Amino acid sequence: MASLSRDEVAHVAKLARLQLTDEQIDTFTPQLAAILDHAADVEALDLADVPPTSHPYPLANVWRPDVARNAGIRDAVLAAAPSTEDGMFRVPPVLGEAP
Amino acid sequence: MTALEIAAAVRAGERSARSVAEEHLAAIAGREAELHAFNLVTAEQALAAADAVDAKVAAGADPGPLAGVPIALKDNLCTTGIPTTCSSKILDGWKPPYDATVVTRLTAAGAVAVGKTNLDEFAMGSSTENSAFGPSKNPHDPTKVPGGSSGGSAVAVAAGFAPLALGSDTGGSIRQPAALCGVVGVKPTYGRVSRYGLVAFASSLDQIGPFAATVADAAALYEVIAGYDPADSTSIPEAVPTVLDHLTDGVDGLRVGLVTELCQAEGIAPDVSARVRAAAEALSAAGAKVEEVSVPAVIYGLSAYYLIAPAEASSNLARYDGVRYGLRVDAPTTGEMYDRTRTAGFGPEVMRRIMLGTYALSAGYYDAFYGQAQKVRTLILRDFEAAYERFDVLLSPTSPTTAFALGAKADPLAMYLNDVCTIPSNLAGHPALSVPFGVGDDGLPVGVQVMAGALDEVTMFRVAAALEGAPA
Repeated sequence: MASLSRDEVAHVAKLARLQLTDEQIDTFTPQLAAILDHAADVEALDLADVPPTSHPYPLANVWRPDVARNAGIRDAVLAAAPSTEDGMFRVPPVLGEAP
Repeated sequence: MTALEIAAAVRAGERSARSVAEEHLAAIAGREAELHAFNLVTAEQALAAADAVDAKVAAGADPGPLAGVPIALKDNLCTTGIPTTCSSKILDGWKPPYDATVVTRLTAAGAVAVGKTNLDEFAMGSSTENSAFGPSKNPHDPTKVPGGSSGGSAVAVAAGFAPLALGSDTGGSIRQPAALCGVVGVKPTYGRVSRYGLVAFASSLDQIGPFAATVADAAALYEVIAGYDPADSTSIPEAVPTVLDHLTDGVDGLRVGLVTELCQAEGIAPDVSARVRAAAEALSAAGAKVEEVSVPAVIYGLSAYYLIAPAEASSNLARYDGVRYGLRVDAPTTGEMYDRTRTAGFGPEVMRRIMLGTYALSAGYYDAFYGQAQKVRTLILRDFEAAYERFDVLLSPTSPTTAFALGAKADPLAMYLNDVCTIPSNLAGHPALSVPFGVGDDGLPVGVQVMAGALDEVTMFRVAAALEGAPA
């Protein structure tokens, strides 16, 4: 039986890279708990012998010839990015403050 | 005029594609401010596309089966150089560098795109109220929702802004708004229509499909967009049988199953039930053998869906991090930039689903939630397969009620319950459609859902055509 705590919601938000305010956590906690409580019917089923389905059709690997292709959209992709430099995506420092 | 009538007139040179486009752009100008079907109306591009069709006709070239037919595109379908927002602030300013395969196919068929339609943010919702740009309104009663998530596309067709529209359906997002707006909405078999260029929500469930005012128009659009596409690894490599040639085959001798669990599901309104029974009687009068059938596992569909779809969404939406496209909120470090961008860019429903999916996939809960839901999916497939051994198609309500008031379902779980009848076909990957069949006690449209086994769109469309022709 799922009963979701405020701390769990705060932790999940951190995993999902969302910075929630205390007020948002207060709002989301009972909403998410209600949805998980509704899923208790599925949680309670005995399905030990049932295989999972991840996809509606059995999928085999899809191959294509190993031929290089150029979609010709590199410049357009870069033009749509928030920040670029020398043909690459530019981001703030990954570790620590900018020098 | 229907889409097929427009195409016939344009192909024959009796009408110019430009005059058709101008007429529909004028209809949009007349009522768009009230209804908000579109995030963007692409009038200039539409007129240029119409002129290109007219030039082909003048040159004696084949302008395509949908020559000059205006079409509205859900704003989660990529269109080169034209903003594609998914009704989210996080894609602010993004212009895709390529066309979705369905858009490429429509252009080749001579269709004229008139704009990008409003949706619940990233297709998560059943009313369009989760759009970052405000809700669309139901043309039959603008105080009511049009349904969702493809609400703008349903409004565009119902209001006469375009005879055709495309939507996407992950848990009912084409069929439910079609029902609420009184138009035809079709979710084809999973893999029948390429998802290349459809912004992903839940990849094992998403499917693009048609909206139209008539069954024949929906079938014509389906024939254009269906078919194998090497750019989508889940595309089905099989030829697509013609549907249009079989629309008048009738239903004599067809076996129709009325799904007990969906007809008696929690929240199905009596006036909707009455319309579904009337549809069953109409098919029976036309020669079909109608019986009740139990598909027991569908009662777990809603719970399974609201674990599987958020789980897939939490993974798919991890890509919105401010690095490659759309919104970026600057910060001293990359990690902080991710957090600030996602927090500023996503609306509350998208955040809820990302958190729900993250939770369902997290260590300690994976087996209890995501794992169990995947096993339920197996049960639903098995029960449907058993039902389709005895029946050609299955019937149920599309939506539990007619269109509800804007703001009436502020509680997320109450909103999710709208999808109870549509979700099972997504989990199974089967085709299903909604066809209007009369009105409820409030005078608003009621849709009946016709479901079929995998790849059997032909029979599904035949039944819909019979219902369309029957006295409601």
